[in-house]
Amino acid sequence: MTETQAPAEFFGFKDSRSVDGTDTRAIPAFVFGEELADLAEQDDRIVVLTADLGRSNRATDFGARHPERFVNVGIAEKNMITTAAGMAASGFVPFAATFGSFAALLCAEQIRTDCAYPNLPVRVLGHHSGMSMGFYGTSHHSLEDLGMMRCIADLTVVCATDANHLRALLRLSLDHPGAMYLRLGRGRDPQVYDVVPDLALGRAETLRDGSDLTIVATGSEVHPALRAAEELARDGITTRVLDMWTISPLDREAVVDAARTTGAVLTVEEANVTGGLGSAVAECLLDAGLAPRFRRHGVPDEHVPVGPPAALYAHYRLDGPGIAAVARELLTKGTTP
Amino acid sequence: MPTTRELAEKARFVRTETVRLTRIAGAGHYSAVFSCAEILAALYYAELRLDPARPDWPDRDRFVMSKGHAAIGLYPVLADLGYFDPAELDSYTRLGSPFGDHPDMKRIAGVDFSSGSLGHGLSVGVGMALAGRLAGHDHRTWVLLGDGELAEGQIWEAATSASHYGLGDLVAVVDANQLGIDGFVADVMGAEPIDARFAAFGWGVQRVDGHDLPALLAAFAALPARGGTVPQVIVADTVKGKGVARMELSPDWHVGNLAGADYDDVLTELAR
Repeated sequence: MTETQAPAEFFGFKDSRSVDGTDTRAIPAFVFGEELADLAEQDDRIVVLTADLGRSNRATDFGARHPERFVNVGIAEKNMITTAAGMAASGFVPFAATFGSFAALLCAEQIRTDCAYPNLPVRVLGHHSGMSMGFYGTSHHSLEDLGMMRCIADLTVVCATDANHLRALLRLSLDHPGAMYLRLGRGRDPQVYDVVPDLALGRAETLRDGSDLTIVATGSEVHPALRAAEELARDGITTRVLDMWTISPLDREAVVDAARTTGAVLTVEEANVTGGLGSAVAECLLDAGLAPRFRRHGVPDEHVPVGPPAALYAHYRLDGPGIAAVARELLTKGTTP
Repeated sequence: MPTTRELAEKARFVRTETVRLTRIAGAGHYSAVFSCAEILAALYYAELRLDPARPDWPDRDRFVMSKGHAAIGLYPVLADLGYFDPAELDSYTRLGSPFGDHPDMKRIAGVDFSSGSLGHGLSVGVGMALAGRLAGHDHRTWVLLGDGELAEGQIWEAATSASHYGLGDLVAVVDANQLGIDGFVADVMGAEPIDARFAAFGWGVQRVDGHDLPALLAAFAALPARGGTVPQVIVADTVKGKGVARMELSPDWHVGNLAGADYDDVLTELAR
């Protein structure tokens, strides 16, 4: 890395566009190192661990201010998660950060057995999640993490929407009993929340109301979902947009109300449609005896091709125009093709 | 300090209780407990800095049973020390019991970490040792490993980080009982030279007969003072199934159940 290169661009993406084509060059990258460093001024339980990715995820921002509470375990993710659990068992609140692919897929068993089962306050940060690593390919994608983490008992699963939202999640996490998986995007997610929101676990944020359709989105797909809603509004279609950042526990009331009030539900996630947000919402609807027009939109059950992130989002219609097109299909044709 | 004879009685107690509790479950890990009975007796009755009245004492010595399938030998020791009523052990493995085949830190006073999936415990110990140093404590963190378990890669991730961080208050004890489930460790996936491997990872190493109580106590006494910078391992050469002839070095007894006259015969053998 040269002196002139920003840490967040460590992986050298020339393509600075976000999910929906927004130019993200002016958008602050990861804020968790900075936010946790601030919180750690008042809370001596906070420790941060990473596995030789501090320059990618900016955990180094924390390490620079609290070197004694920064643990870089090297390229040894399983050791990182279990070490964090050992620290949590001794009274600390560890935040362990690595790519979502390594955190959730490689360390699934450590997260379950060493963090969730003993109900320890370990916060696993899976960043660069989904296919936001683009042409780095399947080894670096985590399209399965939502489904995998969601089926672990006593594990809270949340997705960060943007920088302010991530700050809120980190603050909320401090006194949460038990383990959490926090799913972060590429750190260049365009702003959705203009201030740090006041969040409650299990309560989705309603970002826009409408009566024809509800889009239930999470993480990186919330911003393009709002774009899609704007586009649909120009055609006279009014859309409710829910930020379902709280995957487990899910806001079941919000889902049920969306189905009853708007009659059509479209879930949108940067994840494999098998097992993730869409599956969670589908289960919720059937459990409630509801059968609205419904579609799970995300990455189909396949390994994605090589490509820059923005090209992949367009390819899978996960950008604003793509989501709007899928919504129109749902409203005109009904169910999943 | 208890006498060697008293510690030997405690090791016998670990074995007989294991036999008794296994009958409640109908199946259990006898032989992996028998190999570490002297280790458990020496640690719990002569070495660990504990206060059973305060199981959450922040500066207590930690004990992580990475080979969690030997928990059936730990439970009677914890009861004997007063962490809970020994009568509770009669619920062993019954529906809703705190006492399963593997230890649950949330339900059993005195258990410092839940375990069962091999290869995790040394990383837990690294975390506890880091936490102890950060909190300004001088407790030791002890981790009991098996020799078959050393095939797990995470052990060596943890071993690397322990010496990198200079965790001198981390002490691993390897119960080198020579057998896994499928046979001799040396045949299935060799772990030797265990001492040289840890030494190459930057650990201080001792190797003793793990059934020789004075040798175990001498090894504990020979550890560097608390606050050191070199993690320590004691490789304890043991015999899986030690103390019951039919089980010693027999791959047929990793999990088993003694029924009828066999149960009485084994208790008689252990009482000698």
